[in-house]
Amino acid sequence: MSDVILELKDLHTHFFTDGGEVPAVDGVSFKLHKGEVVGIVGESGCGKSVTSLSIMQLVPNPPGKIVRGEINFKDDNLVNFREKRMKQIRGNEIAMIFQEPMTSLNPVYTIGNQLVEAIRMHRKLSKNEARAKAIEMLQLVGIPRSDEVIDEYPHQLSGGMRQRVMIAMAMSCDPEVLIADEPTTALDVTIQAQILDLMRKLNQEQDTAILLITHDLGVVAEMCDRVVVMYSGQVVEEGTVREILKDPKHPYTKGLIRSLPKIHEKEQKLYSIPGTVAKPTMDATGCRFAPRCEFAFDRCFKENPELYQLANERSSRCFLYDNEERGVEEHVQTDSRG
Amino acid sequence: MSKPILEVNHLKKYFDVKGGVFGRKVGEVKAVDDVSFTVNEGEILGIVGESGCGKSTTGKALLRLIEPTDGEVKFEDQDITSISSEQMRLLRKDMQIIFQDPYASLNPRHTVEKIIGEPLLVHGMNSKEERKARVKELLEVVGLRPYHASRYPHQFSGGQRQRIGIARALANNPKLIICDEPVSALDVSVQSQILNLMEDLRNQFNLTYIFIAHDLSVVKHISDRVGVMYLGKMVELADKDEIYENPKHPYTQALLSAVPVADPDEERDRIILEGDVPSPSNPPSGCPFHTRCPLVMDVCKEDKPQFKEDGDQHFVACHLYN
Ligand SMILES: Nc1ncnc2c1ncn2[C@@H]1O[C@H](COP(=O)(O)OP(=O)(O)OP(=O)(O)O)[C@@H](O)[C@H]1O
Ligand SMILES: Nc1ncnc2c1ncn2[C@@H]1O[C@H](COP(=O)(O)OP(=O)(O)O)[C@@H](O)[C@H]1O
Ligand code: SF4
Ligand code: SF4
Ligand SMILES: [Mg+2]
Ligand SMILES: [Mg+2]
Repeated sequence: MSDVILELKDLHTHFFTDGGEVPAVDGVSFKLHKGEVVGIVGESGCGKSVTSLSIMQLVPNPPGKIVRGEINFKDDNLVNFREKRMKQIRGNEIAMIFQEPMTSLNPVYTIGNQLVEAIRMHRKLSKNEARAKAIEMLQLVGIPRSDEVIDEYPHQLSGGMRQRVMIAMAMSCDPEVLIADEPTTALDVTIQAQILDLMRKLNQEQDTAILLITHDLGVVAEMCDRVVVMYSGQVVEEGTVREILKDPKHPYTKGLIRSLPKIHEKEQKLYSIPGTVAKPTMDATGCRFAPRCEFAFDRCFKENPELYQLANERSSRCFLYDNEERGVEEHVQTDSRG
Repeated sequence: MSKPILEVNHLKKYFDVKGGVFGRKVGEVKAVDDVSFTVNEGEILGIVGESGCGKSTTGKALLRLIEPTDGEVKFEDQDITSISSEQMRLLRKDMQIIFQDPYASLNPRHTVEKIIGEPLLVHGMNSKEERKARVKELLEVVGLRPYHASRYPHQFSGGQRQRIGIARALANNPKLIICDEPVSALDVSVQSQILNLMEDLRNQFNLTYIFIAHDLSVVKHISDRVGVMYLGKMVELADKDEIYENPKHPYTQALLSAVPVADPDEERDRIILEGDVPSPSNPPSGCPFHTRCPLVMDVCKEDKPQFKEDGDQHFVACHLYN
């Protein structure tokens, strides 16, 4: 794949709080190609949402600020955009859906008001035409009684229906990129299956590139072409979905996959990574994962490893992949399979 | 097979829905509607189902933390729905519950020592020294350190707080613990630590668990038998391998097929259900699943299917098997 539509380059987004400066996004770089689905995975607090808010220029300021880096969307760096230009991009060229759709739907307007407005922002249609289009969109995302629901308010809908309305809204603008931050985390599994199905259609039929943020590796396996794994504000591994799930390189990714209870396997005892997720801090030295890593050695506590490139768009932030430490890698390979 | 420690017969819990200016009863929510099952000594019975299906209400009604509307709950052959609240209070020594949200269930102004020591005091351990020693012992059992006793809940991570909740539940050597979504709020890497701890404790202290969760992989991992709930009813119950390999109820089949699996080579025929779960204040007639069931028949709209055994210890409520 070649044509990159969105590229983050060394992005740093920090929060300036009473408790000090928090490097929530600490040098994140990755690319999203046209029509591709890329997953960002990691545990809570690792910086997934701040990354997506940064792309949309929606980081609450204060206390948050993009302190360094580029967000290149087609030919522009969004970091330089003024709010007025950004408004034209948001919901238009880049759409976003959140975990809790209630926060992104306006509670005082009907579903129809909001959909019609979104549609008319992007297409020259009369009010009546836009309303007909809106009903059609609601039907398309599987909302029963679309012609009634259009005149209802967000609180009258279930969580799954609200998320479907958000997707209808995103689809009606025909965006080039959709950022979906935990879009199904609050939903039940049968409703999740419906929503994932819709997102897949959006990707396949409208060729929308999707940045899918989730902590669920099952959702990743079903939806994504490539995956970016984050830990403590940094990208620790990048690869195709198959590479990440079948042949993970970073000790954190390996541990995460081994910790999952598998529905089709009988395992005696679950593997577990000791300790708890590290909060990003300014004074961190060494590998952020070192206190929990079973392969950690002296160097890991002194320097932060770079993101070693193993192949094109395949990388791991771990000294075991530094050429100087190569002997150790073989050790890991044999050790972690058993 | 070991003997049942808990027998639940036709358990119901209806909540009144009040409305209008006078707050009159305008309807009811059938949160739990005629649920029957047994739990054997030393086993882990998993209960799964989507949000609002009545899992937590079932758990709370079993302990009479909310009073059941109807039905029988027999703990060690004694019907506990008819005993006095004082007798019930004493019985809670043997029956404990742990909750999903370790943040909300621990008093933020109490030290860990006070939190874990409280049930000991309630059940008659009056000596402060004795309680102190027991708290330290319990902290070690759940993988915390004795010096944690003097700390407050906010000084712990989510996983550590769940350990505190478990220590508190274990304080009086209970026989049965109802675990209501104990790992749902935890990150994957921490979740597996807590699941392992809970299994170890079960083996060490010969505990019986009712393990409530919406994550089917977690329930599969930890349970011996699994019950599936839908709209206040138990629709299927069987040995875990049986239910995961040979689900009979169309809802269980859809639920299992919808679980995303972290394996890119996995190919499945996904059953995508249409529509949403109906409201429990206005449940469908006949089979509660008929509005979404891909195999619905005419009879399903009118007659309620019976929860009956179909095959060895495999219970299912569906006209396909009635
Ligand atoms: N408004 C804010 N003020 C201060 N710190 C913040 C704020 N928002 C986020 N952070 C911090 O930034 C870090 C990353 O947060 P973020 O919400 O991106 O994590 P996440 O990976 O999306 O987590 P989750 O999966 O729980 O949503 C965390 O350490 C968090 O505490
Ligand atoms: N105190 C209450 N008053 C009224 N309705 C309730 C109350 N508690 C629970 N319910 C309703 O009972 C149903 C089952 O709830 P619950 O047992 O909490 O489900 P679950 O734990 O499976 O999410 C839901 O429809 C819920 O809204
Ligand atoms: S750099 Fe060291 S501590 Fe970090 S993941 Fe690699 S081996 Fe583990
Ligand atoms: S009783 Fe009928 S509607 Fe209900 S699950 Fe069985 S086949 Fe489906
Ligand atoms: Mg988030
Ligand atoms: Mg619940």
